[in-house]
Amino acid sequence: MSFPTRGFRGRRQLDAPADRIPPGQYVTDDFPVLSAGPTPRVPLEEWRFTMTDPLGSERSWTWADFTALPTETVTVDIHCVTKWSKLDTTWEGVSLDTLLADGTDRAGGHVLFHSYGGYTTNLPLEDVTGGKAWIAFNYDGQPLDPEHGGPARLLVPHLYFWKSAKWVDRATLSDSDRPGFWESYGYHNYGDPWREQRYQGD
Amino acid sequence: MAGAALPGRLNWLIARATEIIEETQRVRSIVLDCPGWPGHLPGHHIDIRLTAEDGYQAQRSYSIARPADDEEVVITVELVDEGEISPFLIEDLRIGDRIEIRGPVGGYFVWEPSRGGPLQLIGGGSGVVPLMAMLRARVRAGSDVPVRYLSSARSHDDLIYRSELESVSSEVEGVEVLHTLTRSKPPDWTGLEGRVDRVMLARQAWPSFTRPLCYVCGPTGFVETVANSLVSLGHQPSRIKTERFGPTN
Repeated sequence: MSFPTRGFRGRRQLDAPADRIPPGQYVTDDFPVLSAGPTPRVPLEEWRFTMTDPLGSERSWTWADFTALPTETVTVDIHCVTKWSKLDTTWEGVSLDTLLADGTDRAGGHVLFHSYGGYTTNLPLEDVTGGKAWIAFNYDGQPLDPEHGGPARLLVPHLYFWKSAKWVDRATLSDSDRPGFWESYGYHNYGDPWREQRYQGD
Repeated sequence: MAGAALPGRLNWLIARATEIIEETQRVRSIVLDCPGWPGHLPGHHIDIRLTAEDGYQAQRSYSIARPADDEEVVITVELVDEGEISPFLIEDLRIGDRIEIRGPVGGYFVWEPSRGGPLQLIGGGSGVVPLMAMLRARVRAGSDVPVRYLSSARSHDDLIYRSELESVSSEVEGVEVLHTLTRSKPPDWTGLEGRVDRVMLARQAWPSFTRPLCYVCGPTGFVETVANSLVSLGHQPSRIKTERFGPTN
């Protein structure tokens, strides 16, 4: 049970739309950067995105292949486990539905995303399909900065933002759920901000 | 599941402020006594939750400043003028007050003496806090891991832990402490000047052939510059751990 903290009044964000701010979050106007190591620099001519399925079939896109795919532009709210939320962010990218369109076996139900630099994060496949996730390469109409995950990052706005892996290079579809980087350090396996699933057991 | 602590679950605990140390004009350390605290590693942080009379709550994360010692948790907080939690912690919190905390959180940006070295610690502003926990752990353990500690502050008065660092660097073998001042310096200043950049790191940090473990913490731009410079000087990206904060409040 919480108790009032003597002398704490808080600084409520009265202009923030309450129904868009998950519990424990506050709205920020800037775009903080969080990452565990140096920012990888990936030349576009070397960039690849590769997807493998449990049957062992593999598909790979070069930057030219990838950016020739149909794109979608979405405006979404994002929520970082470190407590900031940013509203109405606009991204352009390729829907995972497009990337999974033909021939990829989806029966396994899980996907692990890998990044240049070694980062990983795991998600249920159903959380990246059905118009819920993109590989984004433009932010606010401009190419995505390396600090924010460029050339391309995963965007899964309905989960805490560590799930939206920066610098993605691979997605491994699997019938087993393997914890990713932060998920192995005690962060929640699923990470729903509306249920405040920050850490294991939340 | 009512009341039953799940294994590994981070429950909110009640911590009481037992000591307050004014580090600089804008920075204070708060010693908390937290019954039930599960312990932590240097580099871990905690979440703090404050509750107003009407039930309104706010949470933020703060790095722990000292290695584990029973049920004691020490944080060092910098005032963010437009912030919500830091003004309370700096201006209003008194000894005896109780706040809710949970943790430890993190686990990647941590170091303990068994991880070896050499150890390169590079902090900007209040980014030195988790690095100080690492240095204090090294000193407390009597470890022989060689450490270089490089901090960047605006002015001499903004240097956090200044006198403790002076004693450590003069009394503890294998620990080198360097400060760089970016805005103003006292007339008799003999330390470094200007922002940490590739040239400063080439001269002052462990060279890459010694394969140091590097921990870099500070504002985003600072960490970006330092980490990129270390990579360009030949350090393995996998041996560079970073923690960045924006204008966290």
